[in-house]
Amino acid sequence: MMKAQTIEEKQYLVRFNADTKSHLHVLDPNICLTKCPDKICTIFCPASVYKWEEVRMHVGYEGCHECGSCRIGCPYENIQWEYPRGGYGIVFRLG
Amino acid sequence: MPEKFDCIVVGAGPAGTACAYELAKAGVNVLLLERGEYPGAKNVMGGVLYRKMMEDIIPEFYKEAPLERPIVEQRFMMMDKESAVTFSYKGLEWGREPYNNFTVLRAKFDQWFAEKAVEQGALLVCETVAVECIVENGRVVGVRTDRPDGDIYADVVVLADGVNSLLAKQLGFHREWRPDEVALATMEILKLDKNIIEDRFNLEPNQGCTIEIFGDATKGILGTGFLYTNKDTLSIGVGTLLSGLIKHKIKPYELLEYVKNHPMIRPYIQGSEPVEYLAHLIPEGGYHSIPKVAGNGVLVVGDAAQLVNAIHREGSNMAMTSGRLAAETIIMAKAQNDFSESMLDQYRMKLMESFIGQDLKKYKDATHHFETFPQYFEQYIPMLNRAASQMFTVDGASKWEKQKKIWRDLGSTKQKFKLARDMMKAWKVMK
Repeated sequence: MMKAQTIEEKQYLVRFNADTKSHLHVLDPNICLTKCPDKICTIFCPASVYKWEEVRMHVGYEGCHECGSCRIGCPYENIQWEYPRGGYGIVFRLG
Repeated sequence: MPEKFDCIVVGAGPAGTACAYELAKAGVNVLLLERGEYPGAKNVMGGVLYRKMMEDIIPEFYKEAPLERPIVEQRFMMMDKESAVTFSYKGLEWGREPYNNFTVLRAKFDQWFAEKAVEQGALLVCETVAVECIVENGRVVGVRTDRPDGDIYADVVVLADGVNSLLAKQLGFHREWRPDEVALATMEILKLDKNIIEDRFNLEPNQGCTIEIFGDATKGILGTGFLYTNKDTLSIGVGTLLSGLIKHKIKPYELLEYVKNHPMIRPYIQGSEPVEYLAHLIPEGGYHSIPKVAGNGVLVVGDAAQLVNAIHREGSNMAMTSGRLAAETIIMAKAQNDFSESMLDQYRMKLMESFIGQDLKKYKDATHHFETFPQYFEQYIPMLNRAASQMFTVDGASKWEKQKKIWRDLGSTKQKFKLARDMMKAWKVMK
């Protein structure tokens, strides 16, 4: 069996230097609740940063790879996306 | 730190560092800003670095740069569920000077390259985000950073801030990218003994192999998988247009697992230990998506300018050459003390005349074509596999009979015409 199959296991392989405040913000939580049945960000985000919790979107920014997919892929342009402060965020060691 | 430089380069990837290196070498006072802890900390690529474009900047860099393996074989797999038709070229001329290309690990390589720019006299400042361009009277005059009192001024600013390119967007050089203009790639670095790598990929020490995987690697949606050999690791990944993931509701890391566990791939990576997981966007809009690349006091290079040839998985080379051409233009502009758009626009002309503009123009409709018509990946690759299986299986049927069976497998007359038309169309967008 291959190792590191789940996203949680994959994320353990990555070094993060998380800031205390998020660089990702859902602009209008109501849009996720009422207009977006697919909640497609919870599918395509490669780090599973977005998790739907019954009535709200939980944003686990600490594990973000800073790829930008959510900003581009959100069908309602409902994600405010910035870079983490200098030196914070993901730290790739190899690839 | 003086508050004004001749030039500020935002982003210490291959494009930004190439630009800063060339400028510093020519005696231009250049600041290279990097938001990561070190250059490479935010950067990802499958791992192929092209010798020619790097050597245009640093001759014989391969004698000291941290490279993984020179590539001597490039394989292309047309993969179905449990079969693959593979095409390959292996040439030992690629294994000796002047080489063709190398695998690299970006965190190591980018640090080395930025260090070379520093040796030339560039000032590298890490852990600093350029949050916006400072615009005065319609011209870019500097950048606002996230440091206290963080405004820095320059005659010209080079935006090498990568695929997301927030600064070029802020200047109105492009709108937000569409999901079909970017590919989301996920990848893992897998640790594996170097002798095992060499045995499995049929390599001598200090030889490398790349494998591009089409078809079932992406479950038929437009994209590719890849498997590259490093010294004592493998890079395995898969990239698809973001629009494809959205349409098919596929989780990218599950697709990566699918590739890793595919019976055509698994034997290559068996027993390896994952040591890093990475995700990144690749700008794949091509020619039609190239934004405005020159304005008053500002130039855009590399991924930020969508300079990627997705068909040939070339990007780092275009990044470096665009950085070099931007530097050439700036040196000329400095000599005339004219940093206006009409002066700096010479960069765009140089870009379009170079292999970058030519190659992107050649494939300008390819990505869009293959995205619009999914049958190439969904139907024709499995069809090719069935044909090969039929032809090479010895079961007592005559070869004529086999050819007839393959012909029947192509479908009705109407379907055969469609296939012929699709092949013609594919030729048209690729030629």
